[in-house]
Order: sequence, then C-alpha cells, then structure tokens
Amino acid sequence: MRRAIALLAALVPLATLAARDFVDDAGRRVSLPDKVERVYAAGPPASVAVFALAPDRLIGWTRAFRDNEKAWVPKKYADLPELGRLSGRGNTANVEVVLKAKPDLIVDIGSTAGTFSSLADRVQQQTGIPYVLLDGRLDTTPQQIEKLAKILGTEARGKELADLWRSRVDALKARIATIPHDNRPEVYYARGPQGLVTGLGGSINVEMIEFLGAKNVAGGEKGGLAQVGFEQVVLWDPSVIVTNDPNFMRDMWKMPVWTSVTAVRKKRVYLSPHLPFGWFDYPPGANRLIGLLWLSEILYPDLFRHDYPMEIATFYKLFYHQEPTGEQIAKMLAEPGVLPR
Amino acid sequence: MILDRARFPLWLAVALAVLLVLAGWSFTVGRFPVSPGDVWAALWSAIAGGESGLAKNVEAVILQVRAPRLVASLVVGAALAAAGAAYQNLFKNPLVSPDILGVSAGCALGAGLAILYSLPIVAIQALAFAGGLAAVALVVAVGSWVRGRDPILTLILTGVVVGSLFGAGVALVKYVADPYNQLPAITFWLLGSFSGALPKDLAVAMPLLAAGLVPLVLLRWRIDLLALSEDEARSLGLDVGRLRLLVIVCATLVTASAVALAGVIGWVGLVIPHAARLLVGASFARVMPLSLVLGAAFMLAVDTLCRTVAATEIPPGVATAFIGTPVFIALLAVTFRR
Repeated sequence: MRRAIALLAALVPLATLAARDFVDDAGRRVSLPDKVERVYAAGPPASVAVFALAPDRLIGWTRAFRDNEKAWVPKKYADLPELGRLSGRGNTANVEVVLKAKPDLIVDIGSTAGTFSSLADRVQQQTGIPYVLLDGRLDTTPQQIEKLAKILGTEARGKELADLWRSRVDALKARIATIPHDNRPEVYYARGPQGLVTGLGGSINVEMIEFLGAKNVAGGEKGGLAQVGFEQVVLWDPSVIVTNDPNFMRDMWKMPVWTSVTAVRKKRVYLSPHLPFGWFDYPPGANRLIGLLWLSEILYPDLFRHDYPMEIATFYKLFYHQEPTGEQIAKMLAEPGVLPR
Repeated sequence: MILDRARFPLWLAVALAVLLVLAGWSFTVGRFPVSPGDVWAALWSAIAGGESGLAKNVEAVILQVRAPRLVASLVVGAALAAAGAAYQNLFKNPLVSPDILGVSAGCALGAGLAILYSLPIVAIQALAFAGGLAAVALVVAVGSWVRGRDPILTLILTGVVVGSLFGAGVALVKYVADPYNQLPAITFWLLGSFSGALPKDLAVAMPLLAAGLVPLVLLRWRIDLLALSEDEARSLGLDVGRLRLLVIVCATLVTASAVALAGVIGWVGLVIPHAARLLVGASFARVMPLSLVLGAAFMLAVDTLCRTVAATEIPPGVATAFIGTPVFIALLAVTFRR
C-alpha cells in the first residue's frame, strides 16, 4: 500500500506536466510542456510559421539563410544555425543535433497523411520531445497560425497574423466570387529550367491558383509535380503563365514554341519573387499571403490594383519582423515579370 | 536464327523501312491534333521557303516541337545503341552498356550542379556533357596509371569505381538541394525526357554526335578485330591500344552528347546490340549499322508512346526499362536456349 502511494506521488508531477494535452491535425494526442521556449521546426513551412509567431523561440532553420536572403530578416534570426529538415521530402537533420539543440517542442506543418503521422510518432518516441503535426493546406493557414499560437502561448500575436490573413484573403475572395466562371483565366505554372514541370490537380504547389478561383490547365489529372511536353502546353494554350525560374523567364521570349502560346503573345508571363521566402509555392507556408495578393492582380488585372510597397511593408514587418527598405522593395519589384502591370 | 551474311543488307533494309514508317506515323500523332496534310505543308514551307498558311501554333508544334523531338529521339536512340555495341565489342562482354565507364554518372553530376546553382539550360547541358567526358577521362587516366596486366578488366573496374564516386556526388547534390524547387528539377532532369528538345539543342548536339559516330561506322571492320585476343589482333598489324582509346573517345562523346540532350536513358544501349547480333551475328561490322537503325526506331517508338498516352509525360528512361526488361529476357532465352 505504501508502495502504491509512493508510486502515485511520483506520478503526480508527471500528471501536471501532461496538463496541456493537444490533439494535432493527424489526430495524435501530444502532451505539451507548460512553457515552450525552444522550438525546432521540422520543415520549411513550419519554420516560417514559428518564425512569424515567436522568432525568439526558433532554435534554427532547416536550411541556413543565403546571403541574398539575409537582408530581409533581422540579423539575429538570419544567423540562426542550420539544423536540417526532419520530415517531408528527404531528411537532412541529424537527430543528435536536434537533441543537442534541446528543443521543448518539434513542430511540422504539411501533410498529415499516415507516413508523416507515423514519422512524428517515431521521432517523438526516439527523442522524448513532443512532436506536433499540423495540416498545411492553404485554406487552413489562419487556423494553423492560431493553433500554433495557442501551443506557443502567443495567442495575441497569432490573432494579429491570422486577422491580417483573413482580412486580405476574405476581401480577395469576395471580389473574385463576383466574376463569372467564363472570365476566369486558365493558368499554367511553369517550373524547372525549361518550364516543363508543373503541378497537377490537388498538388500543394499550385493550390494558390484554384484558391483564387482560376483554372490550373494541368488540373485535369490529380497528383504532385509532373513533367509535360511543349505540345501539351501549346494545346492547353493558357492565358496566364506563372513561373519561379528567372532563367525560364528570360529565355522563353525568344523561343518560337513559347511565343505561339496566348499567355506569351499577350505578355502575361509572371515571375514570382522569392526573398526571403517564395511568394508562390516554395515553401508552401504562410509566406504565401503576399503571393496571394500578387497572384490576384495577375489573374484579375481589372479587379485588383494593390499598393505593393505598402502591402509588402505591412506583411514583411508583421511576419518577418523587419520592414524592408524602399530600395529593397523597389529592386524586388523591378525584376522583369514581377510586377503585374 | 542467325542468318548468313548475304541476308545482312536485307535486314538493314527492313529495319530502315520500319524506321521510315515509324517516323511518318510518329509525325502525325501527338497531344496536339495535327493532320498529315498540315505536317506536309509545314515541312514543305520550311524546306522550300514561303508561307505554309497554317496557324502559328500549329506550325510551332510541327516545326519547333514535334520535328526536333522526332530527330532527337532518333539520334539519341541511334547513338546509345551504337555506343553500346562498340563498348560490348571492345570489352568482349555482352552485359556492357554505354555508361560502363561512368559517362551517365558524370553527366548527371554536371547537370545536378548546374541546377543547384540555378544556371540556364545551355549551361546545364554543357556541364552535363563536360561531366560525362570528365568521368571517362578520369577512368582512362586511372586505368593507364594502374596499368594492370589486363587493361580491359582494369578499365571496367575503374569505370565502376568512378561511376559510383560520381553517383555519390549526385546524391550529395540532391541532398543539399532546396527540396521545394531544385530537388524536383534535378530528379526530373535525371529521369530524362525529350519534351524539351528544341532545334537549337539539336544544332549543338548533332555535330558532336556525328563526330563520334562517323569514326565508329568507318572503322567498323577494324573495330571488329578488337574482339579477337590481344595477340591475334597485334599479329594482324593492329595498334590495339590506340584503336581501343579511339573507340572509348568516340563512344564517350556520343553517349555524353546523348545524355546532355535527353537525360539518362538506360536499356537502349544494352538491348539493341543484342537484338542486332541475334539478327546478323556477332560481327561488329554488321552489328554496328543495324544497331544504329534499330536503336533509332526503338527510341522513336518509345518516345512517341511517352508523349501521346497522357497529358503528363512518361520519362523515356522508365519506359525503356519497362519495355527493355522483357525484351532482354526474351533475347536471352532465344540466344542461350538454342
């Protein structure tokens, strides 16, 4: 009996530690520590979210900042060490390095499918560090932010970020809803140096296109990224092309096969900015809010005319903790194909 | 099934006829609907000058997309099959394929690095080509430094080692690549594709391919003798070492150009020479020309399938493996069960 009491007594502190139970988006019950001071973000979208909400808790990046990216965030965050990615496509993190960095919590945002859910379980078992997995789809972004804010205990900041997201996105969607379906553009997303890799229907890489009510020409088939042929692109004959490759952006204008495509003939080919995080799909995280504004004007130039310097300053200051200089913004917008007008 | 020599011209003629029919058929099928008349009009206007009277996009599909793609698959198939035949003869080993000396791994590393540093396509192709040459140069250099008693075996072993070294380089490049952007690009490039072949790519690749193929064809009788033992070949007055180096240089040039143009495509260089040998016997002088034609026809047929069955492309390297495996097993059965 005495033994049993001693055992119970020993369990009490454990019970209080487990006071904050959280059910993540994969349906996993995770016991959170009371105070989360050090967070390891397992992939790039999670890095962006943790950085936006509580930059001082972020213990490192999955990939070190490159020189041209460093100028866009405060120096102390840009200089955080590289810890590698723990899940998603290719693990580069060394579990010992992660342990040595002593995180209180591991967060990943992305797919909640079985592979990732079981990976989270394994890492949690192996390291003893609670591991939370959140759904990374574009339409759930404000909820992701709020959930993460609750976990981190930064609810006020989470509300601020989610509110900015909702106010901008709701305004966009309300106006887009008035457009008849026939007037919505058909978009081709050109990836890769030749512009012949694209995202199929349901691919996380092209979520923004359909989110804004336009049609992804490659959306007929479901899947992730795929290689297509020139012939197929000419057949689709998209009215808008979006790319993230400056080489493709530069070379395509000189190629007869591309100039036979409506989007190229009408000069409606656009290059997404990428500093410090991509505006279109890389990584597919909360960084895409500024990209949604940008893409909305590309898709519906008659409907939207955003004040880019103001929007960039607002978004970057709130999400990345540093207002870019006028010079930085001007230089970003001056790259050919970036500004949709 | 091996026929006497007199039948060689017949088989070559049959293969050429098949190739021509395939090419004609391939030109008129595709995702973009084009009638045979349109194809003819576009080609005629391109050759004879003047207006074809076709819509701009129809003309672009025929002349800028389908024609170069057709030519690219023909020359890549011919090149890989010829290089495979040459290496198999040189190494006296039927299991050898064009990447035996690490060409593909070298090309892959070059291309991977170029994509990692976000270089334009021209540079990706150039670095792929340079990487392939570098790998083989390293193999030859190490091979001649080691100077084993058996130079052929030394070369093969060195090729395996250098190939896996460059393969590790590719793995490292993929590992450090940005997973959302560069990694897919590298993966897709390494899978190979003709979907991006443009006239200007052919303008660069064709002279290089010709520079490698022409000596192989012209010297086919002499290369045939490399299959003899070293002493026998010497006694016939053959400078074995020089000829061997020449074959390696030519086959490397050809393979590297093909990989730089279309990515890594396996199986063609292994299977086609076997099929050719089955038809006309082991003589390189006969296997080589037939391999050229059969390789071209095979690659063209495979790529036509790859570009027509779905809106998204099937990587030709994957298709050649799916088709090549059963074909190879069938060839083995025919060859060894006799």
